[in-house]
Amino acid sequence: MAELQITELVHLLRECAGEDENVALGNGDVLDVSFEDLGYDSLAILNTVGRIERDNGIRLPDTIVVDAQTPRMLLKQINERLGQVA
Amino acid sequence: MTMVTPPAAPPLAARGVAPVVTGLGVVAPNGLGVAEYWAATLAGRSGITRITRFDPSGYRVKVFGQVDIDPGTHLPSRLLPQTDLMTRLALIAADEALSDAAAEPRSMPYFAGGVVTAASGGGFDFGQRELEALWSKGSAFASAYQSFAWFYPVNTGQISIRHALHGPGAALVSEQAGGIDAVAKARRGIRGGAELMIGGGVDGSLCPWSLLCMTRSGRLSECPDPERAFRPYDVGASGAAFGEGGALLVMEHPDAVRRRGVTRTYGTVAGYGSTFDPRPGSGREPGLRRAIERALADAAVTAAEVDVVFADAAGLPELDRAEVDTLNQVFGPGGVPVTAPKSMTGRLLGGGASLDLATAFLALRHQIIPPTVHVDQPAYPDLDLVRDTPRRGDLAVALVVARGHGGFNSAMVLRAPADS
Repeated sequence: MAELQITELVHLLRECAGEDENVALGNGDVLDVSFEDLGYDSLAILNTVGRIERDNGIRLPDTIVVDAQTPRMLLKQINERLGQVA
Repeated sequence: MTMVTPPAAPPLAARGVAPVVTGLGVVAPNGLGVAEYWAATLAGRSGITRITRFDPSGYRVKVFGQVDIDPGTHLPSRLLPQTDLMTRLALIAADEALSDAAAEPRSMPYFAGGVVTAASGGGFDFGQRELEALWSKGSAFASAYQSFAWFYPVNTGQISIRHALHGPGAALVSEQAGGIDAVAKARRGIRGGAELMIGGGVDGSLCPWSLLCMTRSGRLSECPDPERAFRPYDVGASGAAFGEGGALLVMEHPDAVRRRGVTRTYGTVAGYGSTFDPRPGSGREPGLRRAIERALADAAVTAAEVDVVFADAAGLPELDRAEVDTLNQVFGPGGVPVTAPKSMTGRLLGGGASLDLATAFLALRHQIIPPTVHVDQPAYPDLDLVRDTPRRGDLAVALVVARGHGGFNSAMVLRAPADS
């Protein structure tokens, strides 16, 4: 299965949880910015992860919401799982 | 996490103080925002229409007071996936009310501001969508935001978060009386030491599920004509149209108002009374009269001093009769001008009574009573109903009454600013 890229993740975050008006989410340099600084709380991540699970037919551990504190960490866990089911 | 220390200073001197209303926020079927709503209300323009949000042809009730907005133009996108329409409307009203008051809760002590809202069923439309997803596709398809977006106190929570109102917070459910009860509870917050409280209700959330729930009350008109469905105090009264929207009031402690240097206010919340009806079939008198008398006593005004009554206007003959009888007992037959601008919006559940409060404050400010519409054949010759066109008056004291299905009665006395 193709790996999930940051641009797709940003798109999904916007769709599932909106976008903080004080954050430049689209400039691409957000990989290592914490979700908290991006204006996303755990529920926002939970809603987005739920969508990714649905779209890809995968299950991710519930702890991902607290473990993955940046987009890079979240993408790593998602792509590892996608690699396993490929 | 921000570290929070409780305020060191003693609370503002408390009991008995009449909160000053410094800001209003209105979302109504006949106008978004105070200016648009007030202009429509004076002009007698109704916002009740045939339901367009879904096809009502399979439902007994066909008309409603919808509030249709493009939410993205009013609110940040971060709030959109997590809010039902009623919460979006409440946030828009809170923004307007605070901006009208030129108040900045973030610059106040941490616990100095609070919020109390009235609710009925919560975010019905959001809830219906997510329950549909749950049942038709499975739990993975339900939004995580369902956890709170359909919850009845959600408006209090979202307003509190958005405006940093960390002080007293509550949500009240007393059907159509809730909009008054929430303002009364906010008054208690001021008396308990808060500097500023937002109080009122914004409700609605029209969807097939909510329409069925409302219809079951037996209080909605099944007349499909938007001009004829809701005719309170008319010989043809056949029930009410319902609607969505409401109003929020910014209330402040008089000391806080002086300290901020605010000179133009809407007036004060002078008195409040609430009662519960006796058990159905008991033959005892309904509680509305006692609620009104308690509110007058609390405000220390006599019936003769009341210049206008904003009525409950249930739109059902037996309930209208009971209300008119009560008003006649308190004020004498035809003893006070009575109006029901809700005939232009429909009954707004948790939001209706607070919209009446906002409308009454606007009447006091502009010294004019907005009309009741759609009444062609008045059924009560002993009721001085302000119909079709506004009536100018010398208005210092207004009474707002509301009844909630299930036995709730609430009354609130409002006083114009001393200098008006």
